[in-house]
Parts: sequence; structure tokens; C-alpha cells
Amino acid sequence: MHNVWKIACVALLYFTLFAGFLMPVPELPILNESIRNLYFHVTMWFAMIIHMVVTIVYSIRYLSGGKIQYDLKAEQYAITGMVFGIAGLITGMIWARFTWGAFWVNDTKLNGAAAAMLMYAAYFILRQSTEDETKRAKLSAVYLVFAFPLMMAFIYILPRMTDSLHPGNGGNPAFGQYDLDNQMRLVFYPAIIGWTLLGVWITSIRIRIKKLWNSHEN
Amino acid sequence: MFNQIGLIIYKEWKLEWRNRAAMAGLMVFILSGVYISYLSFKKIVDVSAWNALFWLLILFMAVNALAKSFMAESRGLQLFYYSFLNPYAVILGKIIYNGLMLFLFGIITFFIYGILLGNPVQDIGMFILTVLLGCFGISSVLTMISAIASRAGHQSSLMAILGFPVLLPLLIVLIHLSKNAIDGIDFSVNLKYLTMLTALNLLVPSLAYILFPYLWRE
Repeated sequence: MHNVWKIACVALLYFTLFAGFLMPVPELPILNESIRNLYFHVTMWFAMIIHMVVTIVYSIRYLSGGKIQYDLKAEQYAITGMVFGIAGLITGMIWARFTWGAFWVNDTKLNGAAAAMLMYAAYFILRQSTEDETKRAKLSAVYLVFAFPLMMAFIYILPRMTDSLHPGNGGNPAFGQYDLDNQMRLVFYPAIIGWTLLGVWITSIRIRIKKLWNSHEN
Repeated sequence: MFNQIGLIIYKEWKLEWRNRAAMAGLMVFILSGVYISYLSFKKIVDVSAWNALFWLLILFMAVNALAKSFMAESRGLQLFYYSFLNPYAVILGKIIYNGLMLFLFGIITFFIYGILLGNPVQDIGMFILTVLLGCFGISSVLTMISAIASRAGHQSSLMAILGFPVLLPLLIVLIHLSKNAIDGIDFSVNLKYLTMLTALNLLVPSLAYILFPYLWRE
């Protein structure tokens, strides 16, 4: 019975793939069929943010309780989150090439994405730089809790203060504004849940491998 | 608490003044940085370039100056702090001291830079306010990062790696605001950036305030 969510994950992702490519979408200038990227690009960022929040929650729990398992979970969720972030970057860049004409443009939203990746990289470098297990756990948890609110300010508040080329800002057609009709919602929300569940699944397996590895070493 | 903050600021200043090498080093850093820009540019007419170069100088000066904030302290001194002082007083005292020092050197940089490369700033008051808020923001981020990096051991390289992703949101607001001050844009337009900057200036020290005690005990 406890495997229901895994079956749901596979079913939702199949639904996303088939419905995402086959269902009708609104015909908009410039965007055209590339609007289908909503199911494969925007959902990546949603999954990344959810994984980031889980990482933060485990980091805070580690700081307040001090159990090393929380640190292990935080690290694994961070790794999966970063994979989603990279996938989001790649899908976004391909989309931008065909919609804006360039892989990368100077834009607050894109800068935010780059900074989020940098923060993840800094987190892993910090983890690599200390040998001692409890010290590593504490330092990385403190760094992440310190950096995360600033990152949120960067991704969510700053783009709303300046003009942006990215859909959803500065008068550009948003995925969410008037072109996200109910039919697209029908695929969009299941896609978010599906990708997130896939991430949780991968992470839970990685946590189990890591735990086995640790007990083997001891 | 306020007593102890005052004590920390006084002690930092006294140490700084006793061993003037660090301050002299910063002065040389600024002078050589400005002079190299002078040699290559003579006069900067382009406002964006002037602005970017100014903040680059401030940023690298800040990383240089604050790297030693926690690293210069011996284990004995840290033990002394631990047994006699409140952790909140230590972090707040250091943030305030470093902010004041950065502001002082920021103004000196502005002065020399303005003399050598030309001063296009139309709204001087606004610009100095930006430098003040920016220096306190940079100081509160880098003081905390310096505490993390000093615990991790691998000092200066870590300081830059950990610091830049966290500094990016702050720097983007700063650059917008100082650009507006240079162009002499009306105060009402700047208000939203000023609010954002003030909010960041409150957010970062409070995060440092909450998180520093976790770094403090080993």
C-alpha cells in the first residue's frame, strides 16, 4: 500500500508526456507550440523550489535537534534539487533559443536562476571543504538557512520590481495570465506533482544507499 | 547587551589602530585600484561603466577587509569571548564595526575615484545614502560568511565562493539605486529601491543574529 505514490508518480508522468505533447494548446503569436514547454520547464523550477524548501526544513531540524540523519537527508534533497535546477536551465535555454533568438539574455529572472545554481554550488563546496562530520553538517545548515531567504528575495521580489523579458513580468505574456486556460491547467498541475514525486523517489533511494554505505563503512 | 556591543566595537577599533598595517593595506588597495582604472580610462564618460567599476572596487575591498574579521582571532581569544560575552553582542558588534569601516573607506574611494576619473553624480546625498546602506548590507553578509569560512578552515577562497551568491541580490539593488542617483532621478522613483535595500539591511543582520549562536559553540 505504501507504494501507491510511486505508481501515481509513473502514471502522472506518462499523462504529462502524452497529454503534454498531444492535447490542444492556445495558439499565441511567437510562443506557438513552444508553450508546451510549460509542462517541462516551469515544472522543473517548481520541483526545485519544493526540494529546496525540504532541504531547508531538514537543515533547521538539524540545527534545533542535532541528529545527523537530518543532515544526510538535507544533502540528498539538495542534490536532487540541483539536478532539477540544471534541467530547468537547459529546457529554458532551448526554449529561449527558439523564442527570443538567444540561449541566454540579460534578465532578472535568468540572473536569479544563475544565482540559485551558484548558491547550490557554494553549498556543496562548503560541504567538501570540511572533514569533520558534525562540523560539516552545522556549517552547511547555517549557510543554507542564511542564503535561502536572500535567494527567495532574488527570485521572487526583484523580478517584480524591474522589467523582464521573461513571461510573467513587465507586461510580457505570462504562462499564468491569460494563456493558461483550464485545459493547460489540467496537465500543468499533475505535471508538477509528478516531477516532484519523481524527485522524492530518487532522493529516498539515494538516502537508503547512503545509509547502507555509512553502516558498511562503520 | 548594548554595553557588550560597544565593548566589541571599541576592541576592534583599538586592535585596528594598534596594528595599522591592515588599514594601510586597504588604502593601498583602493589607491592602486583607482589608479589602474585612471591609467586605462583617463575619464569615464559612460555612466554604467563608472558605476560598475565603483562597486567592483567596493566589493573587492570589502572581501579583502572582512576576510580577517573572524580568522585573525586566535583560539584563545575565541574561548575568552565564549566565556564572557553574549554571542549576539559579538556578531552585532562586528557587523556594526565592519559597516562603519567599510563606509569610511567607501567614502574615501568615492572621493579619490571622483577626483581622478571624473564625478558624474548629480544627486550626491542620495549616492552617499546608497553607499551607507550598501556598506552595512555588504558588511552584514560578509561578516557572517567570514564566521562560517573561518570555522571551515579554508579561508579566503571559501569567503569569495560563499559570499558572491548571497551578495548578488544586494548588489543588483545597489547598482540600480546608485545609477539613479548618478542620473539625478527623482526621489519618488528611488523609493521602492530604498525600501528594498532597507528591508535587506534588516533581514540579513536578523538572520545573522539568529544563526550565529549555532556557529559559536563547537
